[in-house]
Amino acid sequence: MSAAPYVVAGWLFLMGCYGLATSRNLIHAVGCLAVCQSSTYVLLLAVGYRSGGTAPVFSDIAPGSRPVVDPIVQALTLTDIVIGATVTALLLSLVIQVAKRHRTVDPDELSELRG
Amino acid sequence: MTMRLRMWVLALGGLGVAVLYVLACLDLPSFGGHRHPYGDRAVRAALARHTANTISSVNFDQRALDTLGEESILFGSVLGTVVLLRQTRDEDRQQPEPARVAPSVRRYALFALPVTLLIGLYIVAHGQLSPGGGFQGGVVVATSLHLLYIAVDYRALERIRPLGLYEVADAAGEAAYVLVGAAALPAGWAFLGNFLPYGTFNTLASGGTVPLLNAAIGVEVAAGVVVLLARFLDQAVEIVSTDEEAEGRA
Repeated sequence: MSAAPYVVAGWLFLMGCYGLATSRNLIHAVGCLAVCQSSTYVLLLAVGYRSGGTAPVFSDIAPGSRPVVDPIVQALTLTDIVIGATVTALLLSLVIQVAKRHRTVDPDELSELRG
Repeated sequence: MTMRLRMWVLALGGLGVAVLYVLACLDLPSFGGHRHPYGDRAVRAALARHTANTISSVNFDQRALDTLGEESILFGSVLGTVVLLRQTRDEDRQQPEPARVAPSVRRYALFALPVTLLIGLYIVAHGQLSPGGGFQGGVVVATSLHLLYIAVDYRALERIRPLGLYEVADAAGEAAYVLVGAAALPAGWAFLGNFLPYGTFNTLASGGTVPLLNAAIGVEVAAGVVVLLARFLDQAVEIVSTDEEAEGRA
């Protein structure tokens, strides 16, 4: 049971890779990449968890009164999510340009070069 | 590569990753364990610097230089999107038509707009105290403006959203972060050192430079998301390709 979060993280990553490799639509591929990326959130948060721990925010709990989870991995996850969202936006804008220039979003049909 | 071959390569690679991942996980400390040396030190450092929200302290004080890098990725992505989604020579801009909105949707969105804006600003301002900060609050602020698109129409959104100003604000947020970091140098601190007085624990003016850096990030994220969404909305609403227009006419 205690290995479940690690298993979930690995499963999410592999499923994202499977989706990327078999994708027939670039928008779907960008979504799969986001799935791969969310596996890192699960892994980071799982590494930082402490049983019975609460959020490491001391505005309403006295320091030392309760165990808190690891704040480092939470900070990493937070920035990871923001970066993930903007990079997804960048990739989607690339997809828009591909769709305009080649009139398709199927990666298998994008084999030819065009100036 | 045929689909069959591709699946074989994928299966091989996936199996390899799975085996290596399981081997790596066997060496990880068990889930929910009580040994978190870095976490304990980060909590102690945050409390010593009077920052109630340890995560903000990690992001904007202890690891402030890393956050500068992450913020630059954000800035670079926004810049890349702006360049990729510009209007090209074979495209025309079409004035969006005013659209009818159901009165209940309009009432709800117009009510939610100021509330959302206020919540966003609150989250940015209280980043050093409670969960939140510039990244999260910035996204909420940017979302609140787009409620006007739902409540009225695209032209109303364009009127309150002078895009040039937001592009400047995006750059100003990035610059403010670097300037706050550089301001530590004359005071004899390292770049991005927390040189301001730490203030009283659990009040708005605590944490030294953390609230300032939070505000800089808040401005950058809010402006960046507005610019990003504006570019995508332009593509969807305003920009039409000229040959599509010709096809439509024929």
